[in-house]
Amino acid sequence: MKRNRISGDKIINFIIKVCGYSSILFVTLILLFLLREGIPALANVTLKNLFGTVWYPIEEYFGILPLILGTLLVTIGAIIIALPFGIGTAIYLSEIAPKWISDLLKPIIEILAGIPSVVLGFIGILVVVPFMRKIFDLPTGLTAVTGSILLGLIAIPTIVSIGEDALNNVPPSYRQAALALGATRWQTIWGVTLPAAKNGILTAVMLGVGRALGETMAVMMVTGNAPVMPVKWNSFFLPVRTMTATIASEMGEVATGSAHYQVLFFIGIILFLISLAVNITASSVSTRQRKRAERILS
Amino acid sequence: MNSSIQTFAYIQNKGSDTIVNLALAWAEAYQKIKPDISISVTGGGSGTGITALINKTVDIANASRQIKPEELAAAKAAGLNPQEFIIARDAIAVIVNPENPVQHLTIEQLSKIYRGEINNWKEVGGEDRPIVRLSRETNSGTHVYFLESVVRLGNSKDKTIFSSDTLLLPSSEGIIAEVRDNPNAIGYDGLGYVTSEVKVLAISSQATPDVFILPSADTVSNNTYVISRSLYMYTQDIPTGAIKDYLDWILSPEAQLIVKDLGFVPVN
Repeated sequence: MKRNRISGDKIINFIIKVCGYSSILFVTLILLFLLREGIPALANVTLKNLFGTVWYPIEEYFGILPLILGTLLVTIGAIIIALPFGIGTAIYLSEIAPKWISDLLKPIIEILAGIPSVVLGFIGILVVVPFMRKIFDLPTGLTAVTGSILLGLIAIPTIVSIGEDALNNVPPSYRQAALALGATRWQTIWGVTLPAAKNGILTAVMLGVGRALGETMAVMMVTGNAPVMPVKWNSFFLPVRTMTATIASEMGEVATGSAHYQVLFFIGIILFLISLAVNITASSVSTRQRKRAERILS
Repeated sequence: MNSSIQTFAYIQNKGSDTIVNLALAWAEAYQKIKPDISISVTGGGSGTGITALINKTVDIANASRQIKPEELAAAKAAGLNPQEFIIARDAIAVIVNPENPVQHLTIEQLSKIYRGEINNWKEVGGEDRPIVRLSRETNSGTHVYFLESVVRLGNSKDKTIFSSDTLLLPSSEGIIAEVRDNPNAIGYDGLGYVTSEVKVLAISSQATPDVFILPSADTVSNNTYVISRSLYMYTQDIPTGAIKDYLDWILSPEAQLIVKDLGFVPVN
């Protein structure tokens, strides 16, 4: 009987271990596949063409710079929009709202996270695009900033839920001490709770960045997809083309193994590296937080 | 029992978004005549359809352009012998917002607009507004046709490409929606997709720049409207059995009547 239980334990342990390692295996396989399909692009397309400024693949112009800059522009815009809303909501839910309101708001925010991005894109085309054109008197509403607004909406739930967790992890004794010293509620939030949760909030923002970076459908529908170099002062209010939208709209047509196919995978490698950098930043920030917490406790 | 197995067939049909509605209408009508035949139709673009044909995942590829030499080579390398069928003709309508006072353009003006040489509507007799150029994505046969016949005016040595600020929209619906809402926009799309919410421009040819013609079945048939093209279906090899029957039926007067109903131009 006892022996059975031990061997059952071992089997379960083994299965769980395999599950744990499998995610590493999958990431490695995906990376290897990307490298295998994408690296030949460096041999088949000249570097000058590949890092050029013209993207028109059916005439062998494979300049990926406008796409990289387009993605960065839209993502930065999304974070500028999502940051105040996301962190503000997290502070409200964790520090200010009565329990019944936060119990009501949290599921609603989770629903926002669950809305398919194609639906957001559809709303974007019908509502946000004409609105942006009229408000800012633009030639067209299909612009980088329209994409940023939708991506901001997509990133907000991530920032809210992780940011709120970080704030909830601040020991209540910190707040009690601040209040006992005569600080107002706002002084407590701004001077004590937020700094104590700083690293967790940074993690929330980084994961929000990652969410915005990889989003495809909504961006493809509202940014106009014109592969221009976004280097003018008003580029934020002009159309751009992102890396994800390029892969999504062109992967279906390419002949397997052609230069265009390899360049699309090369773009995939660059996206992988950017999101890897974002994730490493996020996790290094949260590890630092843990070390600091250990120091305080000891 | 045995005969029912022999007549049952499943035909996979994929490709051009221009043709997809027509192909669906044909498939529905044909399945009524021959209930044993099951036809699945999907879009995705001409390039997507031909790639699928080369990868042997479809029986018939729809294309709004001819197969490219490199695609033909890839198909031959895969052991195929693609066969071409012209199944209908199509006019490409140039569309603007109904508020735009411009009624017609010469094909040179249209070419200059898409090359980025004309950037304001007042240069072609309209209001002082910036021109926002809309196009389908590069995987669309309509895009390739428009590049060759309009932007380059049919000159195969010309290597000009679309102005880089041309908006590449993923669907016909996206183009119609933006033209409907935006008085700065100009777009193009198959005549069958044009709705009454946008305005179709009359276009003149290079030979007779003063004669502006609106696209219609008649002006395509008598070759007076210049931006028109043939629509194609490709099979993996010389068709046999159910696929041959289906293609024969598509070219029959009965099926070509459906072509006219959907705003395309019959081949005969």
